[in-house]
Amino acid sequence: MASVTSRPILETRGLTKLYGGLAANTDVDFQLPAGRITALIGPNGAGKSTFVGMVTGRIPATRGQVIFEGRDISALPAHARIGLGMAYTFQITSIFPGLDVRENVALAARRKTDGAHLGAKVGAALARVGLADRADAVAGDLSYGHQRLLEIAMGLAQDPKLFILDEPTQGLAESEVAGFVALIRDLAGETTILLIEHNMDVVMQAADHIVVLDQGMVLASGEPQAIRADRAVQAAYLGTADA
Amino acid sequence: MSERLRTDALHLGVIALLVVLFLTLPTYYAGNLSRIMVLAIYAIGYNLLFGYTGLLSLGHAMFFAAGMYGYGLTAQLAGWPALPAFALGILAGAALGLVVGALALRTAGVAFMIVTLMFAQSAYLTILYFGTWTRGDEGFVVPGVARVVLGIDLSGETERFVAALILFSLVLLVSGRLVRSRLGRTLVAIRENEERTRMLGYDATRLKLIAITVSAALSGLAGAAYALLFGYVGASFAAVPYSIFPLLWVLLGGAGTTVGPLIGVFFMFYLIDTASGITLAYMLIAGLALVLLTLFAPQGIAGLVRRRVRWLP
Repeated sequence: MASVTSRPILETRGLTKLYGGLAANTDVDFQLPAGRITALIGPNGAGKSTFVGMVTGRIPATRGQVIFEGRDISALPAHARIGLGMAYTFQITSIFPGLDVRENVALAARRKTDGAHLGAKVGAALARVGLADRADAVAGDLSYGHQRLLEIAMGLAQDPKLFILDEPTQGLAESEVAGFVALIRDLAGETTILLIEHNMDVVMQAADHIVVLDQGMVLASGEPQAIRADRAVQAAYLGTADA
Repeated sequence: MSERLRTDALHLGVIALLVVLFLTLPTYYAGNLSRIMVLAIYAIGYNLLFGYTGLLSLGHAMFFAAGMYGYGLTAQLAGWPALPAFALGILAGAALGLVVGALALRTAGVAFMIVTLMFAQSAYLTILYFGTWTRGDEGFVVPGVARVVLGIDLSGETERFVAALILFSLVLLVSGRLVRSRLGRTLVAIRENEERTRMLGYDATRLKLIAITVSAALSGLAGAAYALLFGYVGASFAAVPYSIFPLLWVLLGGAGTTVGPLIGVFFMFYLIDTASGITLAYMLIAGLALVLLTLFAPQGIAGLVRRRVRWLP
């Protein structure tokens, strides 16, 4: 278990993405405390997905630095960043629909696990999300909610130091959301979680720390209660002009 | 483990069946078996890239030809003995695969198909251009001394069959292991969802380059074996039809299955053979059969079997 420390596991400095003349992110200076659950929130178009895209390397940054565990990884391609201990689940479900559930998780685990321990590793990850009895099912045949859980199992199987979840509750039913929050809380302390989330109930229940993006810039960051009370955040969400 | 045993057992069974066919069939059909096995090696190489990695190349004839000319030209012009010339043929296929792959993999989808097609056309035209040495379309007959391996002349029917069987068996067994290996499973993952594979930390571009190189090496091996066993090298083997054939064989037999390539070559060979015995417009019959099979068995023959037998490798 990683201890909860104040040393940031991930840091960005001046991270900027310009699409032509349009700034999706402008000089984002961001610090992610290790061992905690941080939620990245913000209104539609605030630049959340672009930001995590630049962190994971899926989207090339226009300028700025990404620092992971004290190392500048700005020049590394996405797969190499994942190799350093990041795991990422897509906003839109992305699994191997034609392969069985077990093989989906095995593919995630195999990069770091040898053959002798693979079965146990896969079993543990599936049990963790409650899909142990579906291991032989074809992944594409699972219900939508189960596919989202499968993605989380694929993330867990990589033993990530940083687990980035891009809108994991999108499209889930109420009951599934509750189960998901419990699962995320259960992971707290084991790994660092960066949660990009729209659902404010989930954010308030799950997160230890919140960062608010608005118009591509960090608007506020702090404890959930402080963020809830922050006038600038309220203004951004409610659309008042005095922010 | 039992999965691996089952795969090996199936492949050994296929090999045993080929031996039984050779011993029991009339000479004409038994003779065809050698040709079918060599072409099946080519199809297995193609299938690794198309069926397992999900990359559709329209230019594999250049790799087949690289093997054929790599072997044939060193034997013909430099007087190399069979084995070194044969090894050079495989190497030529692999090297061409590495170079063409590095360039073609900068594209994807339809662009990848067009780029591989263009490279193959360039290779074909290069062979014609250097006609002084390659004898162009007319081709040349491989010198007899380069067809003798370990004192055995491979131009005899039985010797040829045994040589083809050994090569095919090796390729089939190794490909069975390969597709079940960590590399093979990751190639399947790339076929299924490349972006997800990349975001699981795999260097998809590098893995695809490996797949092309291995696929090209197997195609080169098939090309060299064809020249070695049948004694002829010609530019027609570098032309467009020889890029399309492996695609057809693999589609018919079952893409992404280890036995599909052999089944596809077998089926196509006897489809054309039978149809040409009935009418001069045999391609019309062959075409119709292909259309029907694609309509009713889009997964190919082995793909149909896999619906019932899910473990089929």
